[in-house]
Amino acid sequence: MTGAPPDGFRNEELLADTIAGLIGDSRHAAIGAASPIPAAAAMLARERGNGRPYVSLLGSRRQNFFTDGGRELFDCAGQGRIDVFFLSGGQIDGEGNINLVSVGEYAHPKVRFPGSFGSAYMYYVVPKVILFRLEHTRRTLVEKVDFISAPGVSADNVHRPGGPIALITNRCLFAFDRTRKRFRLKSVHPGHTAAEVTEHTGFDFDRPAEVPVTAAPSPETLRLLRTVIAPQLTEVYPQFAAEVFGIAR
Amino acid sequence: MIVGTLDEAIAPITDGCVLAVPRDVSGVAMAATRALIRRGVKRLHLVAVPTSSLQADLLIGAGCVATIETSAVSLGEFGAAPRFTAAATAGSIAIKDATCPAIHAAFQAAEKGVPFMPMRGLIGSDVLAHRPDWKVVDNPFGNDDPIVVLPAIKPDVALFHAPLADRDGNVWIGRDRELAMMAHAAGKTVVTVERLHDGSLLDDPILAAGTLGGFYVEAIALAPKGAWPLALADHYGVDTAHLAEYARLATSAEGFAAYLDRHVHDRRAA
Repeated sequence: MTGAPPDGFRNEELLADTIAGLIGDSRHAAIGAASPIPAAAAMLARERGNGRPYVSLLGSRRQNFFTDGGRELFDCAGQGRIDVFFLSGGQIDGEGNINLVSVGEYAHPKVRFPGSFGSAYMYYVVPKVILFRLEHTRRTLVEKVDFISAPGVSADNVHRPGGPIALITNRCLFAFDRTRKRFRLKSVHPGHTAAEVTEHTGFDFDRPAEVPVTAAPSPETLRLLRTVIAPQLTEVYPQFAAEVFGIAR
Repeated sequence: MIVGTLDEAIAPITDGCVLAVPRDVSGVAMAATRALIRRGVKRLHLVAVPTSSLQADLLIGAGCVATIETSAVSLGEFGAAPRFTAAATAGSIAIKDATCPAIHAAFQAAEKGVPFMPMRGLIGSDVLAHRPDWKVVDNPFGNDDPIVVLPAIKPDVALFHAPLADRDGNVWIGRDRELAMMAHAAGKTVVTVERLHDGSLLDDPILAAGTLGGFYVEAIALAPKGAWPLALADHYGVDTAHLAEYARLATSAEGFAAYLDRHVHDRRAA
């Protein structure tokens, strides 16, 4: 296995396994742009669930049920037919606000990101939104985002069946508590510590007295990822499949 | 004559026009985009439906764009869109930040000939805060239920690339239905195609279901591999080596100019 590390699994495999656990037995998981690890996770959940959840992979011909154009994904979400979605952010803050637009003043940004994609809608209407941001630093996980592409929580009178349930990074997994509007540290990945998470997180968060370690992927999970899922990723994520799994299209 | 040369077909795309273009996977008219840059089109108001990649980055870098309305511009796996990013930080283009379903909804309003479309989400976001043209109203059928309304987007021209057209101007778009949405909303639609179909696409019910009626189409040009270096779904994949080269070159203005010389100005057939 190209790139397999000495301790037996790659970080991407740990993350995909953990995200698959968060997806659980949902009926339909959709994956948006630039999300190879969530795509792998959703396919893994589908393998474990004997074909459920349905997986809709944006940009894919084969992993996609939509036949009515770009609108259908969003209309489907509005109908309540998408249970799990993934979002990221150039910045994410402690109230679950995500920023996909810019750093600094909006009119004269210091840094410009690609843009909000579907976040300013999907974050509101999909019940389980899983935030993933690999880089876990005070640059990315900030006290307050510079631009709110989509807010973590909304006022009581705003239609908001959806929102964040978790944030996963290269160092740890946080759960999001919508009533407290705060993240809670759930587990730290193997080789990382709670103190390190605190040091590199720009926002305040809750934590248990004892922080568990994120479970390592089982040999069966690694087999599924490497032999069943990796070949399916090449269609949409050829670079990722080549780098992580050594599989060419 | 609806089927003409590439340069004839893009004639309706005039300086300052509102031009709608599709996302990567739906059929991006890259050969036509290079022809537009060679012709020196200026001050475009580009509407990405709902995102763009190389096409917007090239047009911006070449100085063809005054305003872009988009939900994102990115090269995807190949990283940030360098000329878009540079123009945004330099303030040299106006950006109307949107979110994907808002662009779809605004086109759907234009399709229906109604002035606006309501949409969930958005409330409390800075996307909404920076869009004075979007408004929050009370759901007239609800009780204290604020909802955003988006004005219809009626582009002057929609431009895309498709697998097949016939000589009556019918265009086969398959499942990429947003191309039909764009054509319905736009004043004029310009299409490049891989090849021409003998006979009428409407004669075969299976083909007809995936066909945009020629009624909507202003001009068609034959452009084999017309989406290159982007993919045309079910026909050819993305040219990954080329996009990696672009991503590398376009990080600097000089590198971008070298790219234009090599791949846009020097290759009239490209």
